Amino acid sequence: MSEASVRPAKDVRDTQLDAAELHARLARTWGSGRGLLAALSTVDHKIIGRRYIVTAFLFLFLAGLSAVAMRLQLARPESALMGPDLYNQLFTMHGTTMMFLFAVPVMEAFAVYLVPLMVGTRNIAFPRLNAFSYYVYVFGGLMLWVAFALNIGPDTGWFAYVPLSGPENSPGKRVDFWAQMITFTEVAALAVSVEIITTVFKQRAPGMTLDRLPLSVWTQLVTAFVVIFAMPAVMLASTMLILDRLVETHFFNPAEGGDALLWQHMFWFFGHPEVYIIFLPATGFVSSIVVTFSRRPMFGYLPMVLSVISVGFLSFGLWVHHMFTAGVPQLGASFFTGASMLIAIPNGVQIFCWIATLWDGKPVFRTPLLFALGFIVIFVIGGLTGVMVASVPIDTQVHDTYFVVAHFHYVLIGGAVFPLLGAVYYWFPKLTGRMMSERLGTWHFWLAFVSFNVAFFPMHILGLQGMPRRVYAYQAEMGWGPLNLLVTIGAAFFFLSFVLFLWNAVTSLRAGAPAGDNPWDAGTLEWATSSPPSPQNFDRIPFVTHREPLWAQRDALTVVAGLAVDHREVLVTSVTEARPDLRETSPAPSIWPFVSAIAVGATFIASIFTPWGVVWGAAPVGVALICWFWPKGAPEDEE
Amino acid sequence: MKTSILHDVSELPTYGFGTRMTMAWGTMAFILIEGTGFAIAAAAYFYLAWLNPEWPLSAAPPGLLWSGLITLLMLVSLWPNQRAKARAEEHNLPAVQLHLLVMSAIGLGLLALRAAEFATLHVKWDANAYGSFVWLLLGLHTTHLATDVIDTIVLTALMFTRHAHGKRFSDVTDNAFYWYFVVASWLPIYFILYWTTRL
Ligand code: HEM
Repeated sequence: MSEASVRPAKDVRDTQLDAAELHARLARTWGSGRGLLAALSTVDHKIIGRRYIVTAFLFLFLAGLSAVAMRLQLARPESALMGPDLYNQLFTMHGTTMMFLFAVPVMEAFAVYLVPLMVGTRNIAFPRLNAFSYYVYVFGGLMLWVAFALNIGPDTGWFAYVPLSGPENSPGKRVDFWAQMITFTEVAALAVSVEIITTVFKQRAPGMTLDRLPLSVWTQLVTAFVVIFAMPAVMLASTMLILDRLVETHFFNPAEGGDALLWQHMFWFFGHPEVYIIFLPATGFVSSIVVTFSRRPMFGYLPMVLSVISVGFLSFGLWVHHMFTAGVPQLGASFFTGASMLIAIPNGVQIFCWIATLWDGKPVFRTPLLFALGFIVIFVIGGLTGVMVASVPIDTQVHDTYFVVAHFHYVLIGGAVFPLLGAVYYWFPKLTGRMMSERLGTWHFWLAFVSFNVAFFPMHILGLQGMPRRVYAYQAEMGWGPLNLLVTIGAAFFFLSFVLFLWNAVTSLRAGAPAGDNPWDAGTLEWATSSPPSPQNFDRIPFVTHREPLWAQRDALTVVAGLAVDHREVLVTSVTEARPDLRETSPAPSIWPFVSAIAVGATFIASIFTPWGVVWGAAPVGVALICWFWPKGAPEDEE
Repeated sequence: MKTSILHDVSELPTYGFGTRMTMAWGTMAFILIEGTGFAIAAAAYFYLAWLNPEWPLSAAPPGLLWSGLITLLMLVSLWPNQRAKARAEEHNLPAVQLHLLVMSAIGLGLLALRAAEFATLHVKWDANAYGSFVWLLLGLHTTHLATDVIDTIVLTALMFTRHAHGKRFSDVTDNAFYWYFVVASWLPIYFILYWTTRL
């Protein structure tokens, strides 16, 4: 069939319509429709991004509850609130949920929501893959927590070291659920990375050359690459662990030529970059916030970009530092100590650029900026203890004590959660069309900042006093009681700060002040559209001439015209220069990603119980995927 | 916000070939993911080979017949693959159909040979860590191969329907591009499994 015969009927272009009609027709073309089926078929990156964000915060809440339970147990010596078995499950669930179901997904969630808006396109690249990744993530998280509710929650720590997690020392299914949850979440993360890379490289608004890319998007791009190089290691490792447990392979069994340290190498080859997978996007939030509230462009854009890229590279030179006490060759240890200290340089550069930007600007101290500043303070402390534990002698001393627990919470909460909260205050108006309360926000910040330090600073001291991590009780004679009580009180107030945050979000959602398009007078493209954005994001794709387009073009934004109106079309541009090149169609909603995710999920879960699960599952997965890809005659399929 | 039209993109085409399309970037990203997976599996294999005084552990190296035929057929397949790609760029539908049929047949042939290959490994996955790795590497590659063969067959079927126009030709070139990776990733695995154990 010739192309010409398909074309003319559907080819309404935006040049033929006035503004109001264009807006309405585009909204119809890009809308998701109503009803359950439509909700499960949607491919709108904003809807999926929103779900991703809410789901990740739900997991934060669950993991936070498990932390509170642990802290109640540890509040006094020889407490009998729970036994060791439940405690083991709790710290494993807490660590695993925080890392795999909250921190990484929430950063991706923001990428899914924001990156297409920030680069000025109408949907993320591969929107069906995006829907699929969300469902896979939800199923993985649900599976883990249902298992926990049935008392088959994993109990070998968030990094599940062999031989403890091997078939001999951990019979039963607990570890298998853990290992399979890894597969779920990594599939989701990898899928999002592919989408982000493609969106950033090919769907930027015309004129948005790489050196006009918002720093936030740079961090998401580098993160996507880190994910691609890091996650396969842990997926492979957890698969090998399951195989050892299920079909008696010997990857990690020294008696048959395997090796236990191999697990540690594979895990930390992923595990350390993982910290940067969480941290890099957070620095992107900070950059957005600092620029907007300093009222000036970033001081040192280029050094910032180079820092982000070099952090991405260096993050792979660090994994062995988690294994110093496991015995690695001397020279190797020195190399990894060097790399661990080296990464302080680009991180330092970023901090100096933020401070210089604030210094030279006219900072407006609204809640988002408070959280960004809180981040800088906490992160510097976490970084200092980080440089300490990067040195082999100190690490040997404090390894597996509360000193390390304190260190990584400073890094993770300071480096990721504070910027994240700032990001929520900052972009909430865009997502919902309403402002969050500044008054509650300020209270929230100070409560969180103070209680966080009360909860975690004393842990350094406890660690130096010798309190090991992962103990469910301690004797009164050790003298750790008072500080532990203080820690628990701090943790309780820290938890309360989140309740306050939730309250603020919920009440603002219902009755917050209307936000308008650009309440903070920010400069990047996501603020050029309505709040919340309509399904098509932009009625016309911006033509970018400046790093902060909305500051450079205050009276009228330059745009391009000529895209189709009656079917989904995105503008594809060249990689470095962002010159307009193609009008590609963008896939319409489809239920098949959801069905595929169910088939994939069922296969993964079945494989926990029998290796044949993979064989039985292959057929439904294959059928679902074929239905997903087979064209159904929609105009989007036929270009 | 007020806007002013600076540029009209009406005349742009709706599809192109290679890296002009988003699909090519998705394909490359997936290649990067799988390539990383293979590289890490291979690194882990060498780590154990280096750690153990004897390698392969108490097993004869796997047989050369079927694996050799697979490698040969893979190399031969590069030719029709290249033709499919070139003809797709010319929008030559009958030629594309023909070469896709050939590629589908080759894919099925490879899977059949692979089944035979599994029978001549001389070691089971549960015998020792060496056996585990042989099955892991081959299993990974088989999954990867089977996925692409099914993909090719579906695309072949598609090119015999009314959907076979426009950007489908671009899909054919992406599929061909991916096949190069299937072949390229096999060669190191082949070398590791069949030749490093004989050196
Ligand atoms: C509500 C605030 C939090 C509190 C009160 C808290 C408390 C704790 C405590 C007491 C432990 C040590 C358990 C033990 O070793 O016996 C722990 C471990 C851990 N936490 Fe948190 N935490 C909080 C937030 C976070 C966040 C936001 C993250 C990551 C994004 C995180 C990641 C971890 C990890 C990875 C572990 C190690 C788990 C393991 O040992 O396997 N925590 N947390």
